[in-house]
Amino acid sequence: MTTAPALTRYADLPALIGLMTGDEKHQIAADSTREVLWVLYDRVLNVSPQAADDPDRDRFLLSKGHGPAPYYAVLAAKGFLDLATLRSWAAFDSPLGHHPDATLVPGAEIGSGSLGHGLGLGVGTALGLRAQGRTGPRVFVLLGDGELDEGSNHEAIAAAGRLGLDNLTAVVVDNASATHGWPGGIDTRFSGEGWAALSAPGRDQSALHDALTTPHRGRPLAVIARVRPKG
Amino acid sequence: MRDTFAEVVGAALDTDPRLAVVLADISADRFAAAARRHPDRVVNLGIREQLMIGVAGGLALTGMRPVAHTFAPFLVERPFEQVKLDLGHQGAGAVLVSHGASYDGSHYGRTHMAPGDVALLDSLPGWTVHVPGHADEVGPMLRSALRGEGNVYVRLGERGNAAARPVGPELTTVRAGSARSSGVVVAVGPMLDRVLAATGDLDVTVAYAATVRPFDRAGLNRLAARAGQADVLVVEPYLAGTSAHEVAAALEDRRHRQRSLGVIRDTEVRGYGTPADHDRAHGLDVEGIAKQARDFFLLST
Repeated sequence: MTTAPALTRYADLPALIGLMTGDEKHQIAADSTREVLWVLYDRVLNVSPQAADDPDRDRFLLSKGHGPAPYYAVLAAKGFLDLATLRSWAAFDSPLGHHPDATLVPGAEIGSGSLGHGLGLGVGTALGLRAQGRTGPRVFVLLGDGELDEGSNHEAIAAAGRLGLDNLTAVVVDNASATHGWPGGIDTRFSGEGWAALSAPGRDQSALHDALTTPHRGRPLAVIARVRPKG
Repeated sequence: MRDTFAEVVGAALDTDPRLAVVLADISADRFAAAARRHPDRVVNLGIREQLMIGVAGGLALTGMRPVAHTFAPFLVERPFEQVKLDLGHQGAGAVLVSHGASYDGSHYGRTHMAPGDVALLDSLPGWTVHVPGHADEVGPMLRSALRGEGNVYVRLGERGNAAARPVGPELTTVRAGSARSSGVVVAVGPMLDRVLAATGDLDVTVAYAATVRPFDRAGLNRLAARAGQADVLVVEPYLAGTSAHEVAAALEDRRHRQRSLGVIRDTEVRGYGTPADHDRAHGLDVEGIAKQARDFFLLST
C-alpha cells in the first residue's frame, strides 16, 4: 500500500494552518475559502511548482487577500511552499504576511489585500492570454461577497461579459458579509452582464467541482460558493 | 502631441506583438484603424478607468507591454490605488500616456485639470516620467518606453516650444551662463521657450529637462558648480515644487538656494477661459516668470 507524502491531503489542512498563528481577525474569511481553494488546486487548476512560470499554466488570482492562511496551507500541501516557511508567518522577513505579496510568495500570481483589485487584473490576464493566442490556460479569480461592494469589480464584471472572456472564471465566496446585501442574488449581477452564473454549496467539494468545470463557451463563468453567514 | 502618440503607437502595434493598448473611450477614434488590424490588442473598455489600469496590470503579468491612455485626471488621480497596486506592487510595468496636462482643457474647468499628476506618481517608487515640450520629442520617448519593462508616464500637452530638443535622461544646456552667473534655471518640457524669453537679459544657465524622473541630479550639480552662484530656479508645468526634493538631493553637498515655479498649490483657481489665462493666474507667462526670476536671483527690477 502506498501512502501520500506527509501533509499533502485535504485532511492535513488544519495541521498546516496550525503552523501559522495569530490572525484571529480574519478567521471567518479564512475559514470560508478552504474548500474552494482545495478543489481548485487539487482538481481544477493546471498548475504545479515545476511549471510555475509556464506561460500556458492556469492562473489563480486571490483577490480576497485577507485571511490567507488556507491559501498558504494549500500552496504548502501542493509543494509551492516549504512547510517550515509556514512557521515564519507574519514575521518581518517572512514571505508570508497577513495579505499575500506575489513577489514574495512562490506560486502566488498577484499580491492582494486591498479589496477590488483581483478581478480587473484577471480581466487583463485573460485578455493578454487571448491576444497571444493561448487558448488553453484559464484564469480563476476568488472574491468575497463583501469585496463585491467595490465599484472596481462592477467595471470588470460588465466589461468581461461584453468582451466574452470565456477563459475567465470568478468565484465569489458568499458568506453574506456585504453590508447592504445583494437583492436577487449575486449570480443575477453576473448573469445580467452576460456571464454564465451558478451557485453551489461552498462546503461541498463535489458540487464546487461540478460548478467550476461547467462549460461556458463564449461567456465568462461566475460560481457563487455559499457558506454559513458571517456573524 | 496626441496625434503623434496615436501614430507612433499605432505603427508599433504592427511590428511588436507584445504591445497592447487599453482605452477608456478617450481618443478611441484615433485608434480605430489600429483596432481593426489588431482587435485583441487594442481594447476600449468604455468609461472604466479603474479597470483600465487593472487590465494593464493583468496584460503585463502575461508578458505583454500595455499602454493606457486618457485625460490626466482620469488616468492618474481616479485610479490611483490601481496605479499603486495593480502595477508597481505586482511587479507589473505599463506605459501611461495622459493628455490635457495641467490646464490645456481650461474651458472644462477644474474637473479636467490634473496639475498634481507628477507629484502623485512621485509618491511611488520606480517611475520614469517624460514631459515632452514638442510633438517631435514624443516619438523617441515613446519608442524607448515601449521597448522597456518598467512603469513609464508620458505627459502630453497641447502647447510647447517652437522647436524640438534632443531628449534623453540628462539635462540639456540650452544657454550657458558665465562663470559669474546668477545661477541655473531648469525649464521642464513646454516651459522652455517662455523661460528663455523671460531670462534673456539675465546671466544664468538655462537647462532643459524633458525627462524629470529619474531626475538628472548629477547634471544639475555640475551646472550649479559651474555657475557663479548655486542658486537654482525650477520652472515646471505642474504643481509648484514637485521637483524641489530632487533639487535638494542634487545639491546636498553644497550651500544653495532654490525656488520652484509651477501651478500654485494653495488656491484652487476656479477659472475657465484659455490656458494663457491660467498661465497668467499662476505666474507662468513670460512676464510672471521674468518677475519671479529677477526676484529670486536678487536682481533689481
